[in-house]
Amino acid sequence: MLVVETTIFGISALASVAAGIAVFRVNSMARATFALLASFILAAVPILLLGLTFLGVIVILMMIMEMMIMLVFMIMYMMNPAGLMPMKMVHNNKMSFIISVSVFVILAVGAVLTPWPRFGAPSTVDPTQMIGLDFMGPHMLVMVVIGLVLFATIVSVVVLAQARGRYDRYGDDLRTRPPNDPVRTGLGR
Amino acid sequence: MVDGGLWAIPLLVVLLGVLGYGTAAYSSALRSRGAGTSWVGAFGTPGREVARLLLGQRNIVPGSDVLLARIGTALLPLAAIMALLVLPFGTRAITDMSVGVVWFNAMEVFSWVAVWMVGWGSNSAWGLIGANRFLAQGLAYELPQMFSLIAVGVGAGSLNVSEIAAAQGTLWYVVSMPVAFLMFLISAMAFAFWGPFSQAVASDAAGGAATQLSGVDRLVFLVGRYLMLTVASAMAVPLFLGGDAGPLLPGWAWILIKTVLLLAVMVWARHRLPTIRIERFTELSWVILMPLTLLQALVVSIFVLIGWM
Repeated sequence: MLVVETTIFGISALASVAAGIAVFRVNSMARATFALLASFILAAVPILLLGLTFLGVIVILMMIMEMMIMLVFMIMYMMNPAGLMPMKMVHNNKMSFIISVSVFVILAVGAVLTPWPRFGAPSTVDPTQMIGLDFMGPHMLVMVVIGLVLFATIVSVVVLAQARGRYDRYGDDLRTRPPNDPVRTGLGR
Repeated sequence: MVDGGLWAIPLLVVLLGVLGYGTAAYSSALRSRGAGTSWVGAFGTPGREVARLLLGQRNIVPGSDVLLARIGTALLPLAAIMALLVLPFGTRAITDMSVGVVWFNAMEVFSWVAVWMVGWGSNSAWGLIGANRFLAQGLAYELPQMFSLIAVGVGAGSLNVSEIAAAQGTLWYVVSMPVAFLMFLISAMAFAFWGPFSQAVASDAAGGAATQLSGVDRLVFLVGRYLMLTVASAMAVPLFLGGDAGPLLPGWAWILIKTVLLLAVMVWARHRLPTIRIERFTELSWVILMPLTLLQALVVSIFVLIGWM
């Protein structure tokens, strides 16, 4: 069983790194995004191997959704016509190389030096539940604050991104009904 | 009938294919009846279409991203088959995963990747428009769908599909969670860009994401679409319709009957309801469906807390 798990881990780890390298070798924003998505999905395999089924599947689900949203934005914001032309995926090479190598070394050293539990009796508690309790128990306040900050960020970004405010829609006295929209919305509000 | 095991996969895929063919045939029969032509011959229409696509030439536009388009085309049926793994047919599913509902949703979301890849890879403005429409629509229905799945999970106290089916007992979740059921049907149609949610491949964008697909590529893509619709309908049976519960007939027969009935509803919706524009559906979804499904999850949670479920 350990051999099987080690093999699966090795394959997915190598493939994940390969897909990560592909992000910078391809010349299209769409291909780069899907290479990154593949890398993330492969990175979910070790989580599944740890027995954290729920977290592993959720990582796959969330990564697909978030990368698909990111894809649209990345293509929209590219300098060349909407990211539709072939483009180079690297810039600021020297600094990025230094940063990425040092981050990798720090993380790798941390992973090697951490005193992982060895040969103990397997835990009887569901690891997903333990992680959930850890997040929702002593760190509940932090999580609630993070949630509020994230939500406030989303709302303010949407408000800032709006080209048309309520005065454009409802008129100067906010009384125009139905609102003056270029395209009629679902509820006609 | 099926008791797990790898051999069940091809069997279930074939069964899914038969159901998908039936859906396509029934749909074309309704169309023929509407057009006033013989509806009997329409039952062979999907077969003739398959033959036509098999013989048709692959059409590749210069500058198109063939790699992504091919991956996307193959990904759609693959995602449906992967979703099938957690579908209980008979006593248990092929892999009776503890988080089957989450797995099912994750595999469904692969259709976003597939359709977008196909639309982008076609190197056509219409393809890209269709692909982006599909994503915008997806963002609108995915969260309400998740809330309805959460309602089901909370009600059953499990994310395992067989346990959810078993937990329903006498009162099926379609009765106790009607909003969640409706939302699941909406998402089942939307993931397969079916009926009212077909704007991603609509004719006003010259076929949208699938505009440049031809020959065998188009066939695989369409097969994927029907498999997606069929597997989602089949999943609604254990989640909301009591799974294999039913009098007289054996369990697998009831699963089949319920799935076929749901597919008939889908075909009916395709022929009776107009295609809804993305911007209208988005507002409808965020302003109406989202609070409704949240309320549904809240009501179910309260029922569970006071011991009614």
